[in-house]
Order: sequence, then structure tokens, then C-alpha cells
Amino acid sequence: MIRTQRWSALAAGLLLCVGAFAIDTEAAFPDAVRQARYEHLTQELRCLVCQNQSIADSNASLAGDLRREVKEMIAAGKSDDDIKAFLTARYGDFVLYEPPLSARTVLLWAAPGLLVLLTVGAATRVILRRSKAPIDADPEEPV
Amino acid sequence: MLRYLTPAIAALALGALFWFALHRIGNGTLDVREIKSPLIGRAAPTFTLPLVMDPAQRFDSHSMAGKVYVVNVWGTWCPACREEHESLISLSRITGVPFVGIDWKDDNAEANRYLAQLGNPYQTVVADAEGRVAIDWGVYGAPETFLVSKDGKVLAKYAGALTEAVWAEKFAPLVSQQGGAP
Repeated sequence: MIRTQRWSALAAGLLLCVGAFAIDTEAAFPDAVRQARYEHLTQELRCLVCQNQSIADSNASLAGDLRREVKEMIAAGKSDDDIKAFLTARYGDFVLYEPPLSARTVLLWAAPGLLVLLTVGAATRVILRRSKAPIDADPEEPV
Repeated sequence: MLRYLTPAIAALALGALFWFALHRIGNGTLDVREIKSPLIGRAAPTFTLPLVMDPAQRFDSHSMAGKVYVVNVWGTWCPACREEHESLISLSRITGVPFVGIDWKDDNAEANRYLAQLGNPYQTVVADAEGRVAIDWGVYGAPETFLVSKDGKVLAKYAGALTEAVWAEKFAPLVSQQGGAP
């Protein structure tokens, strides 16, 4: 009994943590639609001071200012693309956690696929070679 | 033979790359935190802000049209700004290029005290209490220094404490290209 209580307390604590990463103490918008857009955008934008946090997670002063800008632009009826364009015109693509596909980022985007191809290719070669070799005479081992 | 050579060569190549990068970080030619400003070569953001010395008056950046000038973003709360202050004073005197200071998210009384005590390198210094103009300039830390051309374009940006050496390397050649200080 005590054990299940402990586990449920832990689970509840962990669930609370999920929300606790955001710095905002109250909702930016009364309606769920704009609030969701606000939360999504601030998660996607990088805090330029801390560089490994989104502006939703950071308590840096600049992150607060950027959250205010995002909030005001949503309130003014700007689209998500307008808001991202506003920020990239000032801070460059670095402000976006997901950089757009361009000549400079093509390697970044293609790298996971290339690595998978390379690994599969190498593995296939090794497996084929080993499966052709006679069981007792492993060519990889010096006799 | 090849199966030992390939990983060895790969490891050496990777090691050489790391060594090269660390060496450049070590001697200051590579700053991994630097964010290249998309403003370079584009029209400098315009602004109208109250003067730190007299908040009843406002300064309009259009009044700098036709001049090469420096925009320096600073704050009394910023230790690196204190570090570069002497350099700003001597550079503004020696070069004759006007320095426009943007006091970023600061207390005005504090800023006045700071400038009275340490000297004022700025031709004009304005207060950006809400930090909106700083966002227009893509500022992500203080101090940050920009050079603006006669036709109002951003020529260069430097993030961090400005020194005479940085000026000579990054800003002075651009000022000469513009035909020197006004």
C-alpha cells in the first residue's frame, strides 16, 4: 500500500515537472488556440543568451523580451511565419531550433540519412563476405 | 592492412580538425558563441529614444544620415561594458567617429552616475528601457558595437568588449573606405 502511494507520488511529481520547464507563471492568452501557438513558438525559438535553452525555458532578460514580442505579435494577428521572419531578420536562422533547408544546411539535414546509408552499406558488405566464407576458415583471422 | 589503416587515418583526420578548431578558439580567431548578424550590409534599424541625460528630449537616428557612426549597446549592469569603457573613450577621441550609446534595460539615474564618474565616450546616449530597439538590432548580449555607413547600412558588428586592437582590425579599414570620420 505504502509502496503504491510512493510510486503514485513520484509519478505525480514527474508529471508536474513537465509543466515546470516553462518560465511563465501564468497563461499569456485567455483562449486555448492562441495560448497553444504561443507555447509552441516560444519552444521553437532559441534564447540567444543561453543558446541551449528555448525562450520558453529561459529566465534570461532577453528571453523575457522575446516572449513579450511573440505575445504582442500573436495578439496583433501575425502568422507564425511572420513572427519567425521578424526574428530571423534580426538574429539569423540561429534563433530557430529547426533551421530551414538551404545550401548551408543541406549537409546538416542530409547527415542522418547519409549515416544510415553508410552503416547499412558497410554492414551488408561484411555480412555478405562472412556468409560466403567457409565456416572453419575465417578469412578475418590470421591462421 | 587497409582495415587498420582506414580507422587510423580517420582518427588522425578528426584529431587534426579538433586541434585546428581548438587552436583557433585558443588564439581568439574563432568564437563558438558568435552569431553572425543578418544585418550586415543591410539598412541599419532606425530608432527614436529618450536621452539618458535628459529623458524629456528624444534622439532620432535619422539625424545621423550621411555620417559614419558607431552604435554601442551597453548597460551599467554589464561588467564587460565597464571593461571596454576606457577603450571607448580613447577610440571616440582618437578616431573622431561619433559614438551613439544605447543604454540597454538600465536605470537612468544609475547610467548618469556611471557616465559622470567614468567619463562619457558618447556623442549621444539614449535609453532603451524596454529593450525593443536592442531586439531590432539583433542584440543578444552587452556590449555589442556596430559600425554604420554614410548611406545608413550596417558595415560591421562586434560582440564583446571593444579594444583598440579589435577596432584596428575590424572597424578602422571600413571607416577608411568610407572616406574617414566626418
